[in-house]
Amino acid sequence: MSTTLHEPDLALHVEDLTVSYHSKPVLWDIDFDVPPGVMAAIIGPNGAGKSTLIKSVLGLVPAVAGHVTLHGRPYKAQRRRVGYVPQRSSVDWDFPTTALDVVTMGLYGRLGWLRRPGRRERDEAMAALELVGMADFARRQISQLSGGQQQRVFLARALVQKADVYFLDEPMAGVDATTERAIVDILRRLRDEGKTVIVVHHDLQTVRSYFDWLLILNVRVIAQGPVAEVYTADHLRQAYGGQIALLDQDTFLSEEAAAEAAVRAG
Amino acid sequence: MSVVELLSDYTIQNVVAGAALLGLVSGVLGSFAVLRQQSLLGDTMSHAALPGVCLGFIIAGTRDIGSILLGALATGALAALVMLLLTRMSRLKTDAGLGITLSVFFAMGVVLLTHIQGMNNASQGGLDAFLFGQAAATLRSDLWIMGGITAVALALVAALWKEFKLVSFDPEFATSLGMPVAWLEVLLTVMVALAVVVGLQMVGVVLMAAMIIAPAVAARQWSRRLEDMVLLAALIGVVSGIFGALLSALSRGLATGPLIILSVSSVVLVSMTLAPERGFLWEAFRRMRARHRLRHQQVLTTLYRLAAHHADPIYRTEQGMLDTYHGLRTRAVLRQLERRGLAEWRDTPPDEPGPPRRWVLTPAGITEAERVLESLGRENA
Repeated sequence: MSTTLHEPDLALHVEDLTVSYHSKPVLWDIDFDVPPGVMAAIIGPNGAGKSTLIKSVLGLVPAVAGHVTLHGRPYKAQRRRVGYVPQRSSVDWDFPTTALDVVTMGLYGRLGWLRRPGRRERDEAMAALELVGMADFARRQISQLSGGQQQRVFLARALVQKADVYFLDEPMAGVDATTERAIVDILRRLRDEGKTVIVVHHDLQTVRSYFDWLLILNVRVIAQGPVAEVYTADHLRQAYGGQIALLDQDTFLSEEAAAEAAVRAG
Repeated sequence: MSVVELLSDYTIQNVVAGAALLGLVSGVLGSFAVLRQQSLLGDTMSHAALPGVCLGFIIAGTRDIGSILLGALATGALAALVMLLLTRMSRLKTDAGLGITLSVFFAMGVVLLTHIQGMNNASQGGLDAFLFGQAAATLRSDLWIMGGITAVALALVAALWKEFKLVSFDPEFATSLGMPVAWLEVLLTVMVALAVVVGLQMVGVVLMAAMIIAPAVAARQWSRRLEDMVLLAALIGVVSGIFGALLSALSRGLATGPLIILSVSSVVLVSMTLAPERGFLWEAFRRMRARHRLRHQQVLTTLYRLAAHHADPIYRTEQGMLDTYHGLRTRAVLRQLERRGLAEWRDTPPDEPGPPRRWVLTPAGITEAERVLESLGRENA
C-alpha cells in the first residue's frame, strides 16, 4: 500500500484519546504506546476506564477525540490482525449453543457474507479448544460450563482469529487457579511467537510475575513502560489513592531498600 | 363435522393456511427476539400497529388490505425507532421506554379507530377486528401477502444465519469483527414488525406478542443449539396455529386468534414443566434425588462412626439407635443400603440378648463411608 504508516514500529499507538459518557470524561487525553512482542497489563481502580480504553481502541465505544493505530494503520484496516476476548459477563451464557460453536464464531470475520463454517473451520476451532484444554467439552452446551471453562472457550475463540495483537478484558476475573495458569501459559506462548498481548488486569499481586509491560490508568495515564520501572508504590498510590493501603507495603519497602543498597554499592 | 369436511371448506382452508404461516414466521423471528431479550419489543410493535391500520384505512379510503398492512408496518417500525432513540438519548431504561411507547401508540390507535367509526363510512365495518383479529375474514389474496412476507423473512434468516446468530449472542464481538451490527439489529427488528403484520388479521394487535414469544420460549426448553431452537419454534408455531384454527372451526363461534394463543401457551406450559434439564419436574426430581442421596450418606456414616467408636469393623448396630440418632425411621434407607451391598441385616449371636437382628457395614460399605467422609472433609477445608 502506498499510504504512509503512522508509528509503524508500535503494535499499538494511542494518541490524545478522549472518551466521554453523558458528557463526563471516562478517558482523558490518553497517550499510550505498546511495542510489539510484549505482554502488557492495563491496571487501575474501578471506573478508571480500563475496559473503555480497549473498547475504544476496537471501535466499540466512540471517542470524542484522538486517534489509534495498530502496526501503523487504523483499526478498520487491521481487523484481521486483532483478536478480542470480551469480559465473560458481557454475554448471556444461557444462549443455546455449544463450546465448539462459540469458538467457530471467531472465524466469521474471515468467512465473510453468505459463507457458512464448514469442515475446515470446525477443525480449526477444535484445535484451538485443544490448546486451551477444552477439547472434551466441545459439544457441551455453554450454560453447563464453569466460569473458568467459559473463559477458556472465549480465549479459544480469540486464538482462531490468528491475530498479531490480542486484547483481553479481565480474562482472569473469577476463574479457578488452574484456568488462570492455563491462560497465562497460552498468553506467554503467544508473546514468545512475537505477538502482542494487552490485558485488562485487576489483580495487583500478579502484575509483576505475569507481565513485562504496564499501563497504570485512572481516567488519565498515570504511568507506562516496562513493568520493572513503572510498578512502583508511588505510581500505584497516585492511581489508587487511599485504596493502596490494601497492598503489601513490606514488599515495596524491602525492594526500595534493596534498590537503594544496590545504588550505594554501585 | 369431520376433519375431512372441515378441510374442504374454503374459508377454513384459508384460516388454517394463514395460521400455519403466522406460526412459521413468528416462531422463527420470535426465537431471535427472545434470545436478544427483546420479547416486549414485539408487544410494543404490535400495539403500535393499530394507528397504522387506521391511517392506512383513512388514506386508502377503503378496507384495502395492502395499505392497511403498510400502515401497520410503518407505525410498528416507527415505534421501535422511537423506543430506541428514547433509551439511547435519555437515561430512560428499556422497560420504561417500551411501556411509554406502547401506551402512547396504542392510545393514538384507539383514538383514530373511534374517529373512523364516527365518520359513518360504510366500508369501515370490521376495522376494530384488528384489535383481537378476525381469522374468518382471511381471503386467498391475504394469504399471498402473508406467504410473501414469510418467504422473504425466512430467506433473509437463511442468508444471514451466522450474522444473526453472532449478533444475538455477542454483539460486541460481532462489532469487533467489523459486522454492521446496528444494521443487522434494525433488520431483525423490522422483521419482527413484519411478523406482527402477518399476525394482525389472525390474532390482532393485542395478543400478537404471545405469538412471537411463546413458540420461542417453548422451543428453548427442548433445544441445545440455535438451529434446533429455531426449527422447533417454527414447528410449534405452525402446529399450534393449525390446532387453534381447527378448534375454532369445530366449535363454531369461538374466536380463532385467542384459541391459537391458548394452544401455543399450553405448549409453553408443558415445556416449562417437562423439558429435560430445564423443566420444573426435572428440577424437582433432581432435588429429590439429592436429598435421598444425602440421607443415605448420613445413615451410612453414622454406622461407620458407631463401628469406629466401638473399634469393631463388624459392630452390630440396633435399628433403634439409628432411628433415635436421626430422629426418624431409617428402616427404608437401610433396606436400600442393603440392596446396594453396603450394609447387612445380620442375625445377632445366640448368646447376646436384645433384638434378634442388627445392622452391620459390609467392606464395601466401609470403603464408601470413608469416601463420603473424606469428600466432606475436603469441602470443609
